Amino acid sequence: MTNQEKEPMFSAKNLKLFTAPLGKDNPITVQVLGICSALAVTVKLKPAIVMALSVTIVTAFSNLVIAAMRKYIPDRIRIIVQLVVIATMVILVDQFLKAYIFDVSKQLSVFVGLIITNCILMGRLEAFAMANKPWPSFIDGIGNGAGYGIILVIVAFIRELLGSGTIYGYPVMEKLGVYNSGYENNGMIILPPMALILVGLIVWFQKSRDKSLADNK
Amino acid sequence: MENLLNIFVRSIFIDNMIFAFFLGMCSFLAVSKTVKTSIGLGVAVVFVLLITIPVNFLVEKYVLRKGALIWLGSSFGDVDLSFLTFMVFIAVIAAMVQLVEMVIEKFSPSLYNSLGIFLPLIAVNCAILGAALFMQQREYESVTEATVFGVGSGIGWMLAIVSLSAIREKLRYSNVPVPLRGLGITFILTGLMAIAFMGFMGIKL
Repeated sequence: MTNQEKEPMFSAKNLKLFTAPLGKDNPITVQVLGICSALAVTVKLKPAIVMALSVTIVTAFSNLVIAAMRKYIPDRIRIIVQLVVIATMVILVDQFLKAYIFDVSKQLSVFVGLIITNCILMGRLEAFAMANKPWPSFIDGIGNGAGYGIILVIVAFIRELLGSGTIYGYPVMEKLGVYNSGYENNGMIILPPMALILVGLIVWFQKSRDKSLADNK
Repeated sequence: MENLLNIFVRSIFIDNMIFAFFLGMCSFLAVSKTVKTSIGLGVAVVFVLLITIPVNFLVEKYVLRKGALIWLGSSFGDVDLSFLTFMVFIAVIAAMVQLVEMVIEKFSPSLYNSLGIFLPLIAVNCAILGAALFMQQREYESVTEATVFGVGSGIGWMLAIVSLSAIREKLRYSNVPVPLRGLGITFILTGLMAIAFMGFMGIKL
């Protein structure tokens, strides 16, 4: 037993693995990973939350599996091995969604399958799980999934509130009675381009708050 | 014929992989710094889609779909392997990319040198798997239709990445606010381009 293995489960180092991706090392806004699926599922909060949870689960468990096997995977075929592990996890998640929340699964359409090629997964497996022990890798996976989820939920919240006037299906705007005073839903914000622009604004906001992240080229 | 043309135009402009579905965004943002490299990646994507979409179509039609295995004998008539779709598609794509890479390396070293570094990247590009899954979801009837759809999507993707990289090359001379530089402005640019592309919506040939 080495010293590292005696480390407590929630040591400061492990905790940092979880918190860093939430802000300073966010997978979407800083590492530029996993944007593909992040934008298409953010029209409403519900699919966004389901998507965020699915990605977190898949990232955490594939990190765990790959980290446990990392010493036995030949270097040359590691991409295929990683893809097979990820694909297995995604199939499990997809079958689960189809069985228990079919309507959301229908809305997410191909994007559940696209978790396989979500760069967060390959990126974290390559950068972290291949070189670390299973438990820190698991935490890293949860942290990155959550960091991805936060952006998804923020974007979905804004788009659902301004675009459909509801929050998680609850008609907020109607209850506030703003329609009577001439307010109308912004149809533009439901369209795909606005998701990109919103993420752009979030990146802008984050980088102006934290100067060390700014791109000084 | 008209039908094919319709699918082709639709997949390039209306259902554009990037502007309508945000597929392949990772490499789209990472590689779009110069026009030259983005043309290289664009050609590679078209090429890989041209090969993988028909193969995946045949696999879907004769292996995965419910009752697809009936050609093996009537006792296989109600076998439904569709839950394996993701794994089979990604395996086909990874294998085809590897194969294409080897063939190009053998027969055209110059093309290999220009495409070489991009090909392995493509196996995990969501545009490729995305196109395969859309092909399955939209239930194209024949191999020809599926191929036309694949090529069209590829060209649409290439069009998007080449035009974005051209804008980014020009952008170097503009005074962008510091926190917005790099990723932020690229997102907003893509958003604006997507709005322009929405002008094509509703076109039917």
